[in-house]
Amino acid sequence: MAVSLEIVSPEKLLLSRSVDMVVIPAAEGDMGVLKGHSPMIVTLRGGTIALYEGDRITDKLFVSGGFAEVTTERCTVLATEVLPVAEVSRAAADKRLSDAEAAYTIAAKQGTAAEDAALVSLQSARAMVEAASAA
Amino acid sequence: MPSLKALRTRIASVKSTQKITSAMKMVAASKLRRAQQQAEAARPYAERMDRMVSALSASVAGSPTAPQLLIGTGRDKVHLLIAVTADRGLAGAFNTNIGRATRLLARQLEAEGKTVKILTVGRKGRDYLRRELASRLIDGVTFAGKRRIDFNDAEGISTTITTMLAAGEIDVATLVYNKFKSVIAQEVTQQQIIPAPPPEGQTAEASSAGYDYEPDEETILAQLLPQALAIQVYRALLESAAGEHGARMTAMDNATRNAGDMIKRLTQNYNRARQANITKELIEIISGAEAV
Repeated sequence: MAVSLEIVSPEKLLLSRSVDMVVIPAAEGDMGVLKGHSPMIVTLRGGTIALYEGDRITDKLFVSGGFAEVTTERCTVLATEVLPVAEVSRAAADKRLSDAEAAYTIAAKQGTAAEDAALVSLQSARAMVEAASAA
Repeated sequence: MPSLKALRTRIASVKSTQKITSAMKMVAASKLRRAQQQAEAARPYAERMDRMVSALSASVAGSPTAPQLLIGTGRDKVHLLIAVTADRGLAGAFNTNIGRATRLLARQLEAEGKTVKILTVGRKGRDYLRRELASRLIDGVTFAGKRRIDFNDAEGISTTITTMLAAGEIDVATLVYNKFKSVIAQEVTQQQIIPAPPPEGQTAEASSAGYDYEPDEETILAQLLPQALAIQVYRALLESAAGEHGARMTAMDNATRNAGDMIKRLTQNYNRARQANITKELIEIISGAEAV
């Protein structure tokens, strides 16, 4: 009993295999997907995707955001940036966080839409730092 | 009759031209393979994106608050044409075809009383359209010096488009690009991207098959549509890149063959002239000997 997981970026198909369970960082909280999950379309926040085999995590991947389509048979993740957690570099993550913080201070003065967008990238950068320190 | 020396120089020069064109053909062939692979690799994302967009748009269709990217501004006044060409020439009619198609479309729209704005991608298109539609050009993007197109480039273009749409500067956007059909054939394609054309194939009911949305449909759509637009632009860029290399390969193949024919003809002329010279000298010697 497995769900087939597909992770695609605009540039290529990154991963396609079947796993027992996958936990994806949906916008409103992490979401575990098993076979037979009710069909959903969700947005993703920055965070880690965990692939489970039995009750063991086999792989952890960092995503900076994106979308996921879940059906009873499969889970498709559309992401712009995907990296195995082990390869997330602390330096790059820190840099992105400081950039995002700077962008946020500017955006906060410009109005809600810009602020929201900046907040999303700030959150994604924080998740990246978190992933980097976990690795 | 040109002199022997002149013929020899011509032959040498055509030969070196042939070497260049045949090298360019090889280069185009290898770039074409890479471009095709890239286009192939981009397909899965685009397919899944289409599936999600069609499911979502079916469920918000008819709602007055549906995003502008999907239904447009409700007007049909200002058209944005995005002409995708190459940065380099020597690819047969590849760039000219796009230029001509864009020009005709612009003229036709203007005859209907609409306003036309043009965004060019690639240096050749900008140069072509600047000649007579300069006042409609608003911006030109080039990727000169870039080895490959990546998604960020497409995202930049699509952000420009969405910003203009949000500011109410445009109502309809159309991509004009060369679609890669085969190595020898590229098809000039006009693809309307805003408002999004209704999804083909499956009916709306079938595709929205009971999805739950988190957060709600409209929030997702608001994030999904710009991404879907970027993907459409990205695909057009990739198709165009593959088409460009295909067109250049064909053009250079023809040029190499023409150079070959020319060398053959010149060599024949050269040999004839040489023979004629020898015959003439012989006649002179013989008639000189007879005179003695």
